[in-house]
Amino acid sequence: MSKMTLKTEGETHLVVTRRFAAPPEAVYRAHTDPKLIQKWMLGPDGWTMPVCISEAKPGGKIRYEWANGKGEGFYLTGEYLELEPYRRIVHVERMYLPDPTPDNHVETRFDAEGTDTLMTMRMILPDAETRAAMLATGMEKGMEASYGRLEGMI
Amino acid sequence: MNADLDATFSALADPTRRAILARLAKGEATVTELAKPFEMTQPAISQHLKVLEAAGLIVCRIDGTRRPRRLAKAGIEAMDQWLAMLRKGLEKSYDRLDNVLVTMGHQQKGKMQ
Repeated sequence: MSKMTLKTEGETHLVVTRRFAAPPEAVYRAHTDPKLIQKWMLGPDGWTMPVCISEAKPGGKIRYEWANGKGEGFYLTGEYLELEPYRRIVHVERMYLPDPTPDNHVETRFDAEGTDTLMTMRMILPDAETRAAMLATGMEKGMEASYGRLEGMI
Repeated sequence: MNADLDATFSALADPTRRAILARLAKGEATVTELAKPFEMTQPAISQHLKVLEAAGLIVCRIDGTRRPRRLAKAGIEAMDQWLAMLRKGLEKSYDRLDNVLVTMGHQQKGKMQ
């Protein structure tokens, strides 16, 4: 319905905005309910998501697997960090291509605008604060693996 | 050609390297300047710069003891391509989400009746 915007913000952020003709509750549910996610988070035409795990609670797991029906596919794993129902989701994710990319830290906000919702998705690269938060939520193992790999490259 | 394309895409698969390109799009920068916003060590940043240089996405200038990096023309094009790809994928997804939301709205109305 409305045009999406995508722009860089500061030195480590990428911001996407999009307006939807539905209340925040519906847009939030479409971002957290695996049965709904499978219907739209597919990128270019020709792809499906045969596996979708979305445990919408702090520390809950995320796993999306995409396939194009020609034997090609890739997947993403992640963890939910914070959920404020119908308003805000904070999660981390990494893509496997097939080697994992460093963690992408994503904050998605849903703001009511009349009967519509303005969604703002902010992708943040790992920083000291995120690392501390991850350690606090007991995800140090995954993070350690990422940073260990990074250090291994030095 | 294929090898070049592979090098470009694996260089861009890493969000830190994309962010480095985004930073260099604003002007040249040294390793020290690049390391700061990412809170990474200089050797870690140097390693990313090496990958980007090998893929032909950035170039190094010699200025006394400084070695500022800047975007190569191929880097600008690759970044534009990557952003266009991401934009296209997201736009397609959100157009589908519009339809999912319409269906959800109908179901909600059905329940209330």
